Amino acid sequence: MKSFQVFLCGVGGQGIGMLSEILLQSVFFSGQEARGVDTHGLAQRGGTVVSSLKVGRSFSPLISEGEADLVLALERYEAFRALELYAKPGSTLLFYDTSWQPLGVRLGTNAPLEASQITSLAEQKSVKIVRVLEPQLEDPRMQNTVVLGHVFRLCLIPGVQPTHVLHAMEMLMAPSLFARNRILFEKILSANPPAGGAP
Amino acid sequence: MEKIGDFLIQEGPMKKPVMGNVALVRAMIEASVRVATSYPGSPTPEIGAAIQSIPSEKNPLYFEFSVNEKVALEVAFGASINGHLSCCFFKSVGLNVAADSFVQLSLMELIGGMVVVLGDDPGAHSSQNEQDNLHIARMAYIPVLEPSTPSETYAFFLRAAQLSQINRMPVILRLTTHVCHARETVSFGKWQPQPRDDTPRFDPKKHGPYIPITAQVFPLKRRALKKLSLLSDELDAPGWHKRLDNENPTRGLITHGTCFLSCMETLEGTSHPPDILKLSHRYPLSTTVVLDFLRSHSQVLVLEELDDTLEKDIKALALDQGVDCRITGKDDVEDWIGEYTPRKVQEILHRNWPDIVPPVDPVATASFPRPAQMCPGCGHRSAFHAIKKALSKEDITVADIGCHTLGFLEPYEVGQVLLCMGHSNGTGAGLSLFNRQRKVVTFLGDSTFFHAGIPGIINAVLHGHTHTLILMQNGTTAMTGHQEHAGTKIAIRKILEAIGIQHIFEVDTYRQKELTQAVKQAMEVDAFSVVIARHPCMLKWTRELRRKGRALPSPVQISNRCKNIQRCIVHFACPTFQRKQDGAVEVQRELCIGDGSCRQTCPVDAIEKTPLPNGEGESS
Repeated sequence: MKSFQVFLCGVGGQGIGMLSEILLQSVFFSGQEARGVDTHGLAQRGGTVVSSLKVGRSFSPLISEGEADLVLALERYEAFRALELYAKPGSTLLFYDTSWQPLGVRLGTNAPLEASQITSLAEQKSVKIVRVLEPQLEDPRMQNTVVLGHVFRLCLIPGVQPTHVLHAMEMLMAPSLFARNRILFEKILSANPPAGGAP
Repeated sequence: MEKIGDFLIQEGPMKKPVMGNVALVRAMIEASVRVATSYPGSPTPEIGAAIQSIPSEKNPLYFEFSVNEKVALEVAFGASINGHLSCCFFKSVGLNVAADSFVQLSLMELIGGMVVVLGDDPGAHSSQNEQDNLHIARMAYIPVLEPSTPSETYAFFLRAAQLSQINRMPVILRLTTHVCHARETVSFGKWQPQPRDDTPRFDPKKHGPYIPITAQVFPLKRRALKKLSLLSDELDAPGWHKRLDNENPTRGLITHGTCFLSCMETLEGTSHPPDILKLSHRYPLSTTVVLDFLRSHSQVLVLEELDDTLEKDIKALALDQGVDCRITGKDDVEDWIGEYTPRKVQEILHRNWPDIVPPVDPVATASFPRPAQMCPGCGHRSAFHAIKKALSKEDITVADIGCHTLGFLEPYEVGQVLLCMGHSNGTGAGLSLFNRQRKVVTFLGDSTFFHAGIPGIINAVLHGHTHTLILMQNGTTAMTGHQEHAGTKIAIRKILEAIGIQHIFEVDTYRQKELTQAVKQAMEVDAFSVVIARHPCMLKWTRELRRKGRALPSPVQISNRCKNIQRCIVHFACPTFQRKQDGAVEVQRELCIGDGSCRQTCPVDAIEKTPLPNGEGESS
């Protein structure tokens, strides 16, 4: 059987590394085989960061184009590109709807991305989209926890429970950071419908 | 919270999901490595970070980030010939820097053992090329183990250390980017701190000679070749190569490293898959194992990432031994290029065996490319914005390695040629010969200054070259994760003065007008001149502030004085400035660090600090 493939992406500085590490550790705690890899190149400098996670039996940690069962994006443009390249038909794209415009948009050579472009491409590819946003968030570095909360509110990763995630967060975060992120994670878990509204 | 440093020195055994780089450090500890050295470079800096995360009083390793890879290798070598097991690690192109010493290693009796860990970068994710270091290893007669996963990284390192100690010879562990950064569950063994015997054991009479000069070289070379030949058999001990028998007498596939994983991923569920031989090492060639595999198949495909050294060795072996097997390998130029991802491997396998492997689906073109950027508040951005004003269109700018390389991108486009670490002043000198028309300006970061930059500067002074060097001093090795460099203890300016440079200008890059002026003046001088363009790395500054629990200054805001001139977004181009649907500029508050370096770029003074609630401007 093929593994369940989660493709994660964002911009350097958004906390993709931490998100992927928490997910991998959570899968480990769930007793399933887990394999992943971060590809960041020079991304500490505001480039794209992608990470992959395979749940279940796999060999290579890399996810091929068009093969992701779940795409998690921390930013709108990254979400769109991952939708173009990695989401497979029938998969889900969950993204945090902040915008860190890439260079071409800022310089005026590309037009800004419009929300409708994401919706129509998702429709065309039969990908379900979940747009999340937490406008009152005190610290943008906690956006990855918002994403994590919605992933488990919607039970998007087979066999992994919120308790596994909390255990992983506790293991990987400093105590004060864990305390703040736990509150946020649990708040989102119990929220219904998503705080950012339906797409 | 469980810190990496704590788990690395647990007694074990244990199972943990970890990155290849971290698994490697646990192996170093279990193998009792005494000395580890490096120069930071992707994909290996996490190895250094993991070692440094062990509480210093409990750390069984001596570790240093040396000034460059060559020095790192020499420190590890010196420790080894004094009886300590040592390990030196760095990125792919780091081996070029270390090569002068590296190629001598196999001539020496390394009584403590020494493992050289290379982080090769197929796909050039973070390097200026994707060189296959197997070539340099062969030139130096040093065997190369090639793990494909974090688990193998751990096991292969233990093996490399053992083989190196027993045979008193260097052994290479060749990792690649997606082995270093892959994560999976690794089963670790036991470790208990042992009392150390640090007696210096260097003994040239007993273990030498260690001076390879003229005729002395031959016995040393003979010994190196004999060691390698003897090791070949040891390397082929059962359990290290993997042979997957799919009962296919016709088709076989020989592969290595992560190509094997891609191959397994591609062939899963295929009817009539080939038999597979995954080699734990390509050099030296495992002749017995390979011959046996060739003889049991009528066609063998060699699937090899980057260059075709294995393929050529196998073809030569088959010719020598008169093996009746059709051997194929690389065909198209693209086969030499890029990482062998599952997709690329599927393409190659389809080309060879279309009956069992389907073609890959075409991939949509990606929209909105996002090149790496200088961070919000980066002093280099202010520098490039100011320096550009001092340059005329015809002037030539020479980049070097570091965050400031990114100046070559739009909209700055400063930095037009790049070879490697520290090349800029040699290249700049050459560009300035017979050239009175076009000024030459070179760049160099402060960590690179110490790494390989100083000889080019001395050369410029010695031979009276007339270009201008702009030294981008941010106080750290920023690109690879803020490792400390020599500049924290040794003043660069004093070195420049001691070298005899007469014209040194020094400006904080946030003082953009002064910097433009200083660069203009420096370029007017008819001698080698230096502008030290300094500003601390603001990413490091931001992180340190947050670590201390202190708030950043508030983001800037755009006032109603804005005339949409767009200099902030189009010319200064801090990522903080974004474009609204109506074309106006807005501030992305999540990105702005409140540094205010942008404010001087606005001709109508429309960028403001966020006022405090009492209506006064905020000070930063």
